[in-house]
This record gives sequence, structure tokens and C-alpha cells, in this order.
Amino acid sequence: MMNLDLIIPEIFLSLSIMFLLMVGVFKKNSERLVYNLSIVALIILFSLVINLFSINEKLVFNESYKISNLSSFMKSITIISAIFVMFSSSEYIKSLNILKIEYPILILSSILGMMIMISSNDLIVFYLGLELQSLALYVLASFNRDNVLSSESGLKYFVLSALSSGLLLYGCSLIYGFSGSTNFIYIANSSTLIEYGVIFGLVFIIVGLAFKISAVPFHMWAPDVYQGSPTSVTLFFAALPKVAALTAFINFLYTPFVNLIDQWQTILVFISIASMLFGAIAAIGQSNLKRLIAYSSIGHMGYALAGLASGTNQGIQSSITYISIYLVMTLCFFSCLFMLRKKNVFYEKIEDLSGLSINHPILSISLLVVLFSLAGIPPLAGFFAKFYIFMAVIEQSMYFLAIVGLLSTVVAAFYYLRLIKIIYFDKPTEKFETDHSLGLKITLTISTGILILYFIYPGLLNDFVSKIIII
Amino acid sequence: MFEVGLGHYLTLGAIIFTIGLVGIFLNRKNVIVLLMSIELILLAVNINLVSFSIFIDDLSGQIFTLFILTVAAAEAAIGLAIIVVYFRNAGTIRVEEIEKLKG
Repeated sequence: MMNLDLIIPEIFLSLSIMFLLMVGVFKKNSERLVYNLSIVALIILFSLVINLFSINEKLVFNESYKISNLSSFMKSITIISAIFVMFSSSEYIKSLNILKIEYPILILSSILGMMIMISSNDLIVFYLGLELQSLALYVLASFNRDNVLSSESGLKYFVLSALSSGLLLYGCSLIYGFSGSTNFIYIANSSTLIEYGVIFGLVFIIVGLAFKISAVPFHMWAPDVYQGSPTSVTLFFAALPKVAALTAFINFLYTPFVNLIDQWQTILVFISIASMLFGAIAAIGQSNLKRLIAYSSIGHMGYALAGLASGTNQGIQSSITYISIYLVMTLCFFSCLFMLRKKNVFYEKIEDLSGLSINHPILSISLLVVLFSLAGIPPLAGFFAKFYIFMAVIEQSMYFLAIVGLLSTVVAAFYYLRLIKIIYFDKPTEKFETDHSLGLKITLTISTGILILYFIYPGLLNDFVSKIIII
Repeated sequence: MFEVGLGHYLTLGAIIFTIGLVGIFLNRKNVIVLLMSIELILLAVNINLVSFSIFIDDLSGQIFTLFILTVAAAEAAIGLAIIVVYFRNAGTIRVEEIEKLKG
């Protein structure tokens, strides 16, 4: 029975998915009910995950599933941001006419997949979690099925993501063959002697995971998918799968391949430098806000990977802090985007922001805060996130990585500041509507508050993160 | 007599894998071909796993294969559904005409 105690969150989530599916099928017009019930389910799930925080590190089910500080922390930030995603996007979903019972259920099942991915300690379990997550995401991307852009983004995401799963699987098969087991711990023990098969497998797995996290050179799906899918789904894409994929990166690099650090460190440094530079430069010419945030998220993933590349505990912890703050910034930015609404049409072009400060001073201040934070300007939270990464990288004397990171921050600041210039100094356009749902207002207030007030007591987040000790 | 060893199976797997990969990047005609290429990649992985499983005498590779087969079926179903939705909106599934999202 000991085993089942530790996976109560997963059991609860899968049962509630089935229950909500039944409610949706047998009760007519229950879309709103299912939506609200799934938020309740997520809140209960969050408390169940919090309960597991005290457990140090436990392996269950033939050592194929790991409950640790890392997994509990990542699961809880995933679930919290899922709750806020659903809070903030309820109004958008309704006005786009995509509020169907499947929508919250698909979100819940992809969260189940992410939780399995985060905790996996075995190639088979990892693959199943990954596929559960991405199968739900394919459908979500094309959820606005009467819209040609949405279905095209779903199609593109499907093809490229299935390809990346294939690459990842090929890597898994090579690793299984050359190390003789699918379990991470056995792989770690057997890969002390460096075999070419294992290194090939490692490269394939890094490629597959880089696809999922949308790091350069495997980023080409991100801008199209972000632009085409409904904004609520874009928010989901920009926030949650990145956490799961980053955790999978940590799990893979620091459990089975910890002995091959010389091999993967160069690859990771390359991916991270390329992502930072590309994310900064390619975003300059964009005119669609969702596309812009896609490039910006590519850049941000570059910073998160830079922390991982350092190969120390401090580096991993700085990456985890970075991804947590990135989640808050994404939520804040997209809440602002949900507020740009006129007569049930949502605006997402940069020129729609023109002169926003005259008609909507509060919304403009939130945008100002989040854009400054994305650019990494002190004393906002985004600055500290970058600061911890650079500290960890410089401590390992990887100066080139740090210098490129700083330079691309400067380049990226250009397009964030350009948005601020458009908001504050350009000619105002027509007013947007101001009657927003309570959930959206709460999300925007909380996330802006966190970004501004983080510097007063950074220990609140850092205490949790510093308990995560991998190596 | 000619003996079929692990290397031959792995070569077969690698060849099929490469055909699938090349099929995705060279194909300009039809999205269904992309679906077939993805399926080829997964089958190459299955060949690899089964042959490894036999030669290192460990059963988990074959179990992995069964899981991959199941997931591949689900993936094909969802992929076809998305293609149908796209066809209803755009009236075509030629790869070179799927370019409405650009920037």
C-alpha cells in the first residue's frame, strides 16, 4: 500500500477526468459546470501534491516512478499555473464559442501526462507521459475547428511533435540496447564506460526534448502554433509543457547521463546560445503579439537551459527559479492580451496597443511591469531570474555563455521597450471594453504583484528551490 | 552459412528510420505521406527494440514495443482527425499550400 500513497495525486486526477467526462456526456449543457468542476479538481489536486512535499526521495513501482522535492515542486507550479490559466481564459473561451466539455478535460489529461513525465524514472513511463501530454495538446491546438489558422497550427504541431517523439524514441531504443535496461538508475550505472550507441541515443533524446521545449534549432513550430491556436491554448502552450520538458531535461541529464557530462555539456551550451540569440533577433520584425511572445519564449528557454548546462546544483536551482518566474510573466502578459477586447473580437496586433495608456492606465502599468520584467530590468522579478542564471554560469567559468546571454538580453530589450514606447507615446486608438471577468482581474493583479514585490522577499521562492538537490 | 546478427537488424532499423525522416523533409505533395513517414519512424524504433530485446535477453524491450504500437495507433487517429478538420476549412491538404501562418 505504501506505493499507492505516493501517487494519490495522479490517481485522483485520472479518476476526476473520467468522472467529468461522464458528467459531460450524461448531463445536457453542462459545459460551464464541467469547466468549474475541473478548476475545483485542480485545486484539490494542488493540496494533494503539497502534502507530498515532506517526502525526501522515494522510488515506487520497481523504481520506475520517482517522488522527490524536484517532482513535487514542479508538479505544484504546473498545477498552480493551470488553475490560473483556466481562471483567466474562461471569458475568452466563451466568446470564441469553444467552451465545450472536451476543453477542460483535454487540459486535465495533458496535466496528467505532464505529472507522469515529471516523476518518471524509466524510459517507458516517460514515453507514455510524454505522449499523453502531447496527444491532448494536438487536439487543443486545433480546438477552434472552424478556423483555418487554428486547424493549421494543430496540423503543424502534430507533424513536428510526432517527428520529435519519433527521434526521442529512437534514442530511447539505442540507450536501451546499449545499456541493457530502461530504468534511469541502471542506465546511469552501466554508462560509466562510454559507448557510441549510448552517446547517439543521448543526442537523439536531447533533440527530441529540445523540440518539446522549442529551443533553437528545433523551434520552427513555435511561432506558427502560438499564432494560430486560440489565445487561451497559446497561454497553456507557453507555460505548462515547458515546465514538464525542462524537468524531463533535468531528469535525463542528471540521472541516466550524469556520467556523460562532457558529451552533453557542449550540446546544451550550443542550444542555449543559439536560442538566446535567435529569440532576441527574430522577434524584432514581428507584428503579431502572440508571435512575438513565441520568439521571446524561445529566448527564455535559452536562459533556462544555460543554467542546466552549468552542471551544478546551483545551476539547476537557478533554472528552476527562472522557469517559475517565467510562468508568472507569461500569465501576466497573456492576461493583458485577454483584456484587449472590443465587441467580442480579441486584438493581438502590436499596433492595437497604440496609445493604450490614455484610455487604460491600469492595464498599461501592468503591461509596463511585465515587459520590463521580460526584458530583465531591476528590481522586477525577471531581473533576478536572469541574475541567478548568470551567477551560476560564471561560477563555472563559462564566460562565453554569460557574455552571449548578456548581449542577447540587450538586443531583446529593444523590442520590449518598443512595445512600451507604442503603449505610452503613440496616438491612442478606440477604447477597449473594460468589463472583464473576476478571474482575469485576479490573475492579472496577482501576477503583476508577484513581479513587482518579488525583490522584497526572494526567499519565499528560493527557500523551496534550494531544497531541490540533484547532485 | 550467412548468419543474421544484431548488426543487420540495427542496419535495417536505421535504414527505415532514415527513409521516414527523409520522407518528412522531402515530401511536398500530401500530408498523408507525412503520416506514413511518422509511422515508418515508429516501426524502425520497434524493430530496434525487439532485436535488442532478443539479443540482450531482456523482456522490457518487447513490452515497450507493445506500448509504442498502441500509442502510434492513437496518434494516427488524432492526426487523421486533424487532417479532416483542416481539409474542411482549407479545401486542400497539399503540403506546399499549408502556409497561412507566416511572419
